[in-house]
Amino acid sequence: MKDQFFYIADALAASLHAGETLLASFHGERSDFVRFNHAKVRQAGSVEQRYVTLRLVRSRRQASASVAVAGDGFNELKQTLLRLRDALASLPEDPWLLINETPQSGASERRGRIAPAQEIVDVVTGKAAALDLVGFYAGGTICRGFANSLGQRNWHEVDSFNFDWSLYREADRAVKTGYAGFEWDDTQFAAKLETAKEQLSLLNGPRRGIEPGEYRAYLAPRAMEDLVGLLSWGGFSARSRATKQSPLLRMQEGERLSEKVSIAESTAEGVAPGFQCDGFVKPAGISLIAAGTLDEALVSPRSAKEYGLATNAAGAGEMPESLDMAAGELPASEALAGLDRGLYVSNLWYLNFSDRPAGRITGMTRFATFWVEGGRVLAPVSPMRFDDSIYRMLGGNLLALTREREFLLDPSTYDERSTASARLPGALLRGLRFTL
Amino acid sequence: MQSNVRIVERFRRLRSAAPFWSLRYHEETHESFAIRQDVVEPPRLSIDRGAMLTAVTDGGYGYCATSDLSQAGLQAALDRATAWAEATRGRSVVRFDPRRMPAPQGSYRSAVVRENPDRQAIHDLLAAECKAANVGPRIVERYAALELIDEERVYLTNAGGELVQRFRFTLPHMRVTANRGVETQSRSLELAQQGGFELVERAGLVGSGERLAEQALQLLLAPNCPTGKRDLLLMPDQMMLQVHESIGHPLELDRILGDERNYAGTSFVRPEMLGSYRYGSELLNVTYDPTLAGELATYAFDDEGARAEKVFLIKDGILLAPLGGPAVANSRASGWNRPPIHRMANLNVEPGAGTLEDMIGSIGRGVLMRTNVSWSIDDSRNKFQFGCEWGELIEDGRRTAVVKNPSYRGVSATFWRSLRRVGDASTFEVHGTLYCGKGEPNQAIHCGHAAPACVFSDVDVFGGDA
Repeated sequence: MKDQFFYIADALAASLHAGETLLASFHGERSDFVRFNHAKVRQAGSVEQRYVTLRLVRSRRQASASVAVAGDGFNELKQTLLRLRDALASLPEDPWLLINETPQSGASERRGRIAPAQEIVDVVTGKAAALDLVGFYAGGTICRGFANSLGQRNWHEVDSFNFDWSLYREADRAVKTGYAGFEWDDTQFAAKLETAKEQLSLLNGPRRGIEPGEYRAYLAPRAMEDLVGLLSWGGFSARSRATKQSPLLRMQEGERLSEKVSIAESTAEGVAPGFQCDGFVKPAGISLIAAGTLDEALVSPRSAKEYGLATNAAGAGEMPESLDMAAGELPASEALAGLDRGLYVSNLWYLNFSDRPAGRITGMTRFATFWVEGGRVLAPVSPMRFDDSIYRMLGGNLLALTREREFLLDPSTYDERSTASARLPGALLRGLRFTL
Repeated sequence: MQSNVRIVERFRRLRSAAPFWSLRYHEETHESFAIRQDVVEPPRLSIDRGAMLTAVTDGGYGYCATSDLSQAGLQAALDRATAWAEATRGRSVVRFDPRRMPAPQGSYRSAVVRENPDRQAIHDLLAAECKAANVGPRIVERYAALELIDEERVYLTNAGGELVQRFRFTLPHMRVTANRGVETQSRSLELAQQGGFELVERAGLVGSGERLAEQALQLLLAPNCPTGKRDLLLMPDQMMLQVHESIGHPLELDRILGDERNYAGTSFVRPEMLGSYRYGSELLNVTYDPTLAGELATYAFDDEGARAEKVFLIKDGILLAPLGGPAVANSRASGWNRPPIHRMANLNVEPGAGTLEDMIGSIGRGVLMRTNVSWSIDDSRNKFQFGCEWGELIEDGRRTAVVKNPSYRGVSATFWRSLRRVGDASTFEVHGTLYCGKGEPNQAIHCGHAAPACVFSDVDVFGGDA
C-alpha cells in the first residue's frame, strides 16, 4: 500500500497549479474479523479498505475530501482534486489554517506473525469448546500514511491482532480479558484462557447485595482505562479549555487532583502513528497532568492558530492516543489487602458526565466485581451504578496507585481498527459513591 | 428505479461454489458545512463506496468487503467469503440455511421536497445564526452546521434478488455555549430526519442562534434541578434517548441471545417474557415502524433483503416481540465494510390522548426535561441515568422556573410501568440518533425515534454539583 500511496501523491503533486499545496492522508487495512458466541463462530469475514484524504490549500483557503479507493485510485483522486480546486474559488480565507511546511519524513513498520484467521478459529473453538466464550478477534495489517507536495512522506504500518473476549458463567457473571499483540502464540492464548477460568470460579456462589452508599474500592487497570478514557473527552483539549467545556474546568481554576496522579500522552511508548494529517510530527511525550496539577494541553494546529498557542501535533480531536498514567507504589499483589473491606472492580462500563464542568462522572460496574472483607474475596456483586467527582476519586480519596501497570491495546473497530493504547495502574480509593 | 448497472452486470458474472451468495453495494456522499465563531470551517466531502460479498453454505457463513469493484476484485472477495463459509461450516452458533435466504425485488427513495441551495447560500444561512448567537461576553462558543448525505444501497442475490434504495439526509445543527467561572451551559438544536432542505425550516434553524444563546445564559443563572421523587415530563427529544436505551437495546434479539455480551451487553429481557411480560403501563404502545415518512431509518427492505413492515413490539404495556426474527426487518449494516446485525431502525412510541397543557396541568410537583446531554445505562439495559440540557419546574399544574443540570435515574424494568400520561398527536415529534454504537466489528448507525411527550410518576430527579 505504501508504494502505491506515495506514487499517487507524487502524481497528484505534479498536477498542481502554481501556489497550491496538497496534503494527502492514507488510512488502510487488511483485516480478518471473527465474532464468537458460546465458543462457536457467529460471524466471520475479511475487510480490505483504503481511504485517501486530499486537502488542497491555496491563498490561505482550504478544502478537503476523503475517498474510498481501489487499486491506486489515481483517476478518482484526480477528479477529486479538480472538485477541491473548484470549491476553493468560493471560500474565504481561513484564519486558523496551519500546516507543517518543513518536511519531516519518517517511517515505522512493524512486521508481526499473525496466524491465518481460520487457524485461530480452530484454536479458539477447540480450546474453549467446554466454555461459554464470547468475543471478537481482529487481526491483520494496519497502514497510515501522510504525504504532501512539499516532499514530506510518513508511513506507519503494523501487523497486529486483538482478541477481546469474555468467559461467562451465567447471566451477567463473566470475566473479561483479552489477548493482543504482534505475534499470535497458541500457548499464550491457552494460558490466558486458564487464568480466566480460574477467575471465573470466583464468581461461583451467591451474590452479595450492596446497598447504595459509599464504599472503599479498588479499580483494576481496565476500570481505570474507562475512567481516564472519559477524561479524554475534552479534558486535555486546548479548544475545550479555551471554550470552558473541559471536564477538568475546575482544574483550570486551580483545583487539583492527588499528587500521585500524573498523566501523559506518550507517543514513544504507544502504537499509534507519530504524525498527523497536517504533517506535524508528534513529540515523544506530552505531560497532561503533572503531580495532580493540570499541565500542557493537546494543541492541534487549528487551535494553535485560533488561540495563539504552539501546536504539539495533536489531531483535530485533541484526544490522547497513547495514554500513560504514572505508576504508584502499591504492589498489585497487595491490592486486596490494601482494600481490606470494600469493592474490587475489574471493569467499568458506559461512563458519562453527570455534571461535566464539575468533573462528576457516572457509570456502571461490569463483569467481575467482588465484595472483599479482610483482604479476601467473599462474593460476587451485581452491577452497580456509581456517581462521583473526579476530584474525590483521583483527589482526596485516592489512597494508592499500583506499582505495576497494564498496557492495553484499544480493541475498537469503529470505521477502522484503532491504534490507540493506554498504560495504566490500578487505583485504591478510600471511598466511591454508589447510587443505584 | 435502476440499480447501478455496472455493479449488476459484474455481479451476474460472479461464480461461487456456495449455494447462496449476495452482494451489498453501498455508496455514500457526505458533505459537511460549518461556521464556528463566525469563521467558515473547511468544507469536507467524503465519498465512500464498496461492496460486501456474502456466501452461505449449509451451516456456514462468510463475508468479504472490498472497495475494489472491478470484476476481478469482486470475484476475489466472493472467493474469500466462500472460503469463510466453508471454514465455519459446522462451527457456527447459528444454523445457516442457504435455502431460506430471500430473493427480494423492490426499491425505495427518500421523499425530497426541496433541493439544497448552493454552498454560498448554506454558508450565509449558518453565518447568520452563528453571528446572532453572539449575544454577550459570556457566550464562549457558537457553532452552526449542516450535513448533507446521499446514500445508495443495492442488494443482489444469486437467486435473482435485486433491491435498490436511495436515501437523502439533511441534518441541521446548532450549538451555543455560555460560561461564568466554573459553570458552563450549552443549548443545542438538532433534527435528524430523511429529506431535503425543507428540514432546515422544519428544524427551526433560522432564529435558533439567538434563542439558544439566550437559553444558555438563562441556564447559567438558574438553580440546579432539585433532588427527590417527582413527576417527570419528558419532551420528545429526550423520549428519543429514553426509548432508544431502555426499550430499543433491551429488545434487540442478538443481545437477548448473547451475541453482544462481550461488547455492547446483554438484556434483562429473556425469550420467555415475549407475549406476557408487562413492560410498561397499559398506556405504552411501541412500534417498529419503517413506514413513517421522513423518519431516519425508514426503508422498504433491510440489508439482508427482508421486507420492512410496521410491527407492534409492545401493546397496551405487554411485550409482544423482539427486534429481530422473521417479523421485524432490522438486519442492518453501517456501511459496505461491516456485516448486517440486529439494529433498532425506527422505534416509536405511539401517541395517546392529551395535549401538552393537559399533561402539565395534571402535575402537582414535577420537572419537564428536554434535549439529552448525558446517557449511561448498564449492560443489561436496566439501571440508567440520563441528563438533559434544559429543565423546568412544574408546580401545581404550571411551569414555574428554569432549572439547570436536570437529571434522573431509574430502572427500565420498572420505569415504564410508571408511565402515567402519553401525549396526543399534537405533541408527537420525529427525531433520530445518528451514531448508535454496537457490534463487533463496531458499527455506528442511525436510528429513528418518534414519540409524544410523556409523563412518568415518582422518578428520582436531581441536579448538578455547582
